[in-house]
Amino acid sequence: MSNGYHIVVCGSLVPDPLQTLEPVMAPDGPGLKNEAMLPSVLDPWAAHALYEAAHLAKRVPDSKVWLASLGPKPKLQQLMMAVAQKAPFEFVAIDGSASGFADSFETAQALAKAIQSIPGLDRDRMLLFGGCSSASRDAGTTLSMVGALLGVEDQFLAVDEIEPDADGGFRVKERVEGAQYLVSRCAGAPAVLAWATGNLPEPPNNPQIGMANMRGILPALAKAPSVGALRGGLRFESVETPSQRRETRVVKDAGVEEIARELAEWIRG
Amino acid sequence: MAKTLILIPLEADGTVGKAARDLLASALAADPGADVGVFGKGAKQAADVVPASASRVLVAGGDGLASPTAANDARACEALVRASGSQLVLAPQHSRTARCLPLVAVRTGGRIDTRVAGISLGAETKVRRWYYRQRMQAAFTREERPWFLLLESGALPAAEASAGFSGAVEEVSWEPCSRTQALGTEAAIAGEQTIRPDADLLLVAGAGWTKKQSDGQTHVPEAEELIRAFLRATGASLGSSKSLVDQKGEGAVISFLTHMNQVGQTGSSPRHPKGLATCCHGEEPHVVGWRFIGERRAINLDPNCGWAQGKADVLYVADAFAVLRRLNELLG
Ligand SMILES: Cc1cc2nc3c(=O)[nH]c(=O)nc-3n(C[C@H](O)[C@H](O)[C@H](O)COP(=O)(O)OP(=O)(O)OC[C@H]3O[C@@H](n4cnc5c(N)ncnc54)[C@H](O)[C@@H]3O)c2cc1C
Repeated sequence: MSNGYHIVVCGSLVPDPLQTLEPVMAPDGPGLKNEAMLPSVLDPWAAHALYEAAHLAKRVPDSKVWLASLGPKPKLQQLMMAVAQKAPFEFVAIDGSASGFADSFETAQALAKAIQSIPGLDRDRMLLFGGCSSASRDAGTTLSMVGALLGVEDQFLAVDEIEPDADGGFRVKERVEGAQYLVSRCAGAPAVLAWATGNLPEPPNNPQIGMANMRGILPALAKAPSVGALRGGLRFESVETPSQRRETRVVKDAGVEEIARELAEWIRG
Repeated sequence: MAKTLILIPLEADGTVGKAARDLLASALAADPGADVGVFGKGAKQAADVVPASASRVLVAGGDGLASPTAANDARACEALVRASGSQLVLAPQHSRTARCLPLVAVRTGGRIDTRVAGISLGAETKVRRWYYRQRMQAAFTREERPWFLLLESGALPAAEASAGFSGAVEEVSWEPCSRTQALGTEAAIAGEQTIRPDADLLLVAGAGWTKKQSDGQTHVPEAEELIRAFLRATGASLGSSKSLVDQKGEGAVISFLTHMNQVGQTGSSPRHPKGLATCCHGEEPHVVGWRFIGERRAINLDPNCGWAQGKADVLYVADAFAVLRRLNELLG
């Protein structure tokens, strides 16, 4: 019997963090100005999860990685041009809203349904990976709810490390309060690991991996089920960008002594 | 008002943390009829921190809750929620509640919203929270119940309450399972603890500390010493830009920084009354982590860096090495 991991990474797109975002209120709830036109990236913490998944799959023989993404189909296609070169995976696409204002439970339900229908996925060997929080909703709940819907109750949040052991189990380090790690041992899959930054750098682009991934990506997009806006029972009243802008005093020609004294006074004050 | 349960996690040492105690006081002031639920090993003994004014206290304890695991915490909390029968569950934003309550929300057919920045309780409960990593804030309500809300400190108006609940404590039973065993905690950063959430001041170090300076050389050992001396003199907490913690390799890294220090989009959003950025450019993905910093000052050689664009109150265009050297003398 084989005992490699079947790692399903849930990760979607978010606006490039270098963009300035402006909210707009529509009849069905808030969104972003020019949302469809904004350049996007793979959600950063989910990206770390993907790199960690690829790394783990390399270390544990007979493992396999899937990437399940829920987002507007054309944007997913664009995103994959960049992401496909990073790590080998089989793509699972779901066509729907990736808005931060979508409901995390609705999103979780759509993902759980898609994961249930992945052919060849052995859910007893499944590790469900993703980011500990998205750069859009920043709730940190979606992955946990996908796990709950799939009946997986061993869950880890804000993970920086997984270390498989010889008995099929693994040790996990989760970030907790006070710059501490909570260290746990889990008897093995199935489990949910919601990643923080982990320990791996972003892998360089690998065109060969990209080509291999692309063969599965277009068919996956073609058969992506449509799930819509995913608002659930949320009723938004308002959305606003409180002004962060300050009147910056730029001190240009002051000497070191003067600056140091001013800062010392400010720090003590 | 919907029936409310205030759900309190215990720390690993069996105590109730400050944020949880504050929430107990403020939530009971806002809704005096709310139930209180406490979970963790020794919950029954810990229940005396519950304000004397509480009307009903439920606890879930036992060895299975000695250390947090999602499975056991979720089972215990589910039992508390069902026993209380509440439609609204308020809990502090804490690693323990964040890990287990999404599971409980699913199992009880409810929904959960986290990192709640403000809440008004009443005929219709409304909450405010940030989206897109502190870039915008929305106010909303929702139809589904039970509704689980993880509250940041300050989400409710502060209130005082004297502890000492002396009524009957209801023990709620639950079924532990043991696929995951917590082995303990360890410091995420070797050596000196540089992350101090309660400090008045945040010092942010940016990648400039490791770059070539006007003499064409890098001065990393000196940078380390200046930063250390500043932390010793001020008791400040140390934050970093991503570029600085991502650096790997010989000589060019500040040895005591890790990803845990990173502030910003993929780092933390700490809360300190003051922040001083040094050798950090002040790009948007970094500055989103400064949302909850009160007064902001920066030292940078570049008068056009991000901080000059309305992101800091004061930008000193100067060499951070020289300024910190003198500043440390003045503070030392
Ligand atoms: C998806 C994504 C997520 C990201 N998440 C984060 C995040 O969470 N946190 C984060 O910080 N960044 C994040 N970034 C990166 C961010 O965009 C910037 O690249 C990063 O913040 C730059 O770090 P820095 O300012 O330290 O370095 P640099 O941009 O290299 O700036 C160095 C600065 O030091 C100054 N300097 C040099 N020498 C001196 C001296 N002697 N005295 C004074 N000043 C000096 C220079 O003028 C310069 O302004 C993210 C980017 C992306 C794409």
